[in-house]
Amino acid sequence: MSLAEPTVAARAPRPLARYARPALGLILPVGLAAAWEIAVRMGLSDGRLVPPPSRIWATLTELAATGELQRHVAVTVGRVAAGFAFGVAAGTLAGALTGYSAFVRRLIDPSLQALRAIPSLAWVPLFILWLGIFESSKVTLIAVGVFFPVYLGVMGAVLSVDRKIVEVGRVFRLSGAQMVRRILLPAVLPAYVIALRQGLGLGWMFVVAAELLGASEGLGYLLVDGQQLGKPAQIVAAIVVFAVIGKITDWLLVAATAPFLRWEDRYARA
Amino acid sequence: MLKIDHIGKTYPNAVRALDGISLDVEPGEIVAVVGGSGCGKSTLLRLVSGLDNPTQGNVALDGDAITSPHEKIGIVFQEPRLLPWLTVAQNVGFGLADRPKAERAERVARQLDRVGLAEKANVWPRELSGGQAQRVALARALVMRPEVLLLDEPFSALDAFTRVDLQDHLLDLWADTRPTLIVVTHDVDEAIVLADRVMVMRPAPGRVFAEIEVDLVRPRDRQSAAYDFAKRRVMAALDRSLDKKITIDDGETRSEHGAAMWW
Ligand SMILES: Nc1ncnc2c1ncn2[C@@H]1O[C@H](COP(=O)(O)OP(=O)(O)OP(=O)(O)O)[C@@H](O)[C@H]1O
Ligand SMILES: [Mg+2]
Repeated sequence: MSLAEPTVAARAPRPLARYARPALGLILPVGLAAAWEIAVRMGLSDGRLVPPPSRIWATLTELAATGELQRHVAVTVGRVAAGFAFGVAAGTLAGALTGYSAFVRRLIDPSLQALRAIPSLAWVPLFILWLGIFESSKVTLIAVGVFFPVYLGVMGAVLSVDRKIVEVGRVFRLSGAQMVRRILLPAVLPAYVIALRQGLGLGWMFVVAAELLGASEGLGYLLVDGQQLGKPAQIVAAIVVFAVIGKITDWLLVAATAPFLRWEDRYARA
Repeated sequence: MLKIDHIGKTYPNAVRALDGISLDVEPGEIVAVVGGSGCGKSTLLRLVSGLDNPTQGNVALDGDAITSPHEKIGIVFQEPRLLPWLTVAQNVGFGLADRPKAERAERVARQLDRVGLAEKANVWPRELSGGQAQRVALARALVMRPEVLLLDEPFSALDAFTRVDLQDHLLDLWADTRPTLIVVTHDVDEAIVLADRVMVMRPAPGRVFAEIEVDLVRPRDRQSAAYDFAKRRVMAALDRSLDKKITIDDGETRSEHGAAMWW
């Protein structure tokens, strides 16, 4: 019965395959960028409205040299971080309460669902009236955007925790707090990470909206500024920075939570 | 001693799952419960385990009324129900969280060794086969040293070879501390191999239809005539339990179609 079986040691992928696979996804964007660069260099287009990569790069280095880019990035990241923190805290709390207690769910879920039906940008004028045009209204808008996916994700996850596993906790006579810590929290974690990633994505979306609507700093301001002064390279540069930072923050979130999710039995774990 | 005293269960949807079940189980006794699907076997175990409460009657262990899960009563479900975020060893030690670390590690290691899975201590449940997972579930219940262990069709999802293997293994483990076992099963062979007493239930509402003593020496020879005789008696009782026209008294009447339908 006790045959010696090899333990966990996952087969290490061949070094080539390890880099070749992600590189596959780079072929399309890099190819298009290179093609456009060549087209502009050959004079097929002047690249004024759609600047070639070299011009975008030049704009970026220019902005970075004066320290302006870093300042805008820092401001935008700060806003997203603050809005994300508030949104996640509120969404997690509300989602956990409504998931755990049917009474609280009946009490507040209908109102929250109704609020969710409002396009979030419709709040902007009100937030500006209430909170002024400075940081508070922007952070609030981002927090609202982050709140809903986190709230829905947490509530759904708590509601769908398997009764069978909760019974295991009951058989071992866990108290309410132990049940939350030892059964419910780990059980909702995978869904929670997905909700956080969705929330973060919306946070980035809403920071652009907030900054487009009036800001003197931030990557969104670079967009507006580029439009008003007719500098498409600056606009594209800001978009590229958004994409890169958005991806990096998402990746950080995944990397930070991965150690807690190694147990997952997923179809695709590559 | 485990005393089940005239318990009945009517679910909120008005289904009468059990009606007037009484059963006294001696310490160390092995009772098998067989009966048609839906006759309330799982309900019975849930009431004895304290996961659910009866709507009539009561269950008591050594005089203690059971109204919620009890530390001396363990249960193994039909599915392993391992916690996927804990390793095998952590799953086995789940109920020992309040014990000192050294004691926990020692008991877990010993129990895993007893179920033959010492080398799987640090793997995730997803890496186990069905039979291995069920053995871990068994270890998780046994490590608590229960006085009463309830098993709800514990091996029914496994192939015939693994099942026979685990039945022998269960008896082996039982011999260590001799807990009271109540085993729900669909498999008459399993009932005869394991039990001192086989309870045959009849459905709608679930009641005890017959009690059959199996006093064969252990280990039991699955080929022997006495084994075969015990098996026939249980089969016949099962048959009759499903035939509503025939009452408990007229012993030898058999229904034609019952044999194929009981499960
Ligand atoms: N939670 C529940 N709510 C309502 N009715 C239930 C519930 N659980 C079981 N029942 C009903 O009670 C009866 C007995 O169910 P139970 O699961 O105890 O049967 P069983 O003997 O274990 O069947 P099987 O052999 O198929 O597992 C069935 O008619 C079932 O429909
Ligand atoms: Mg059942």
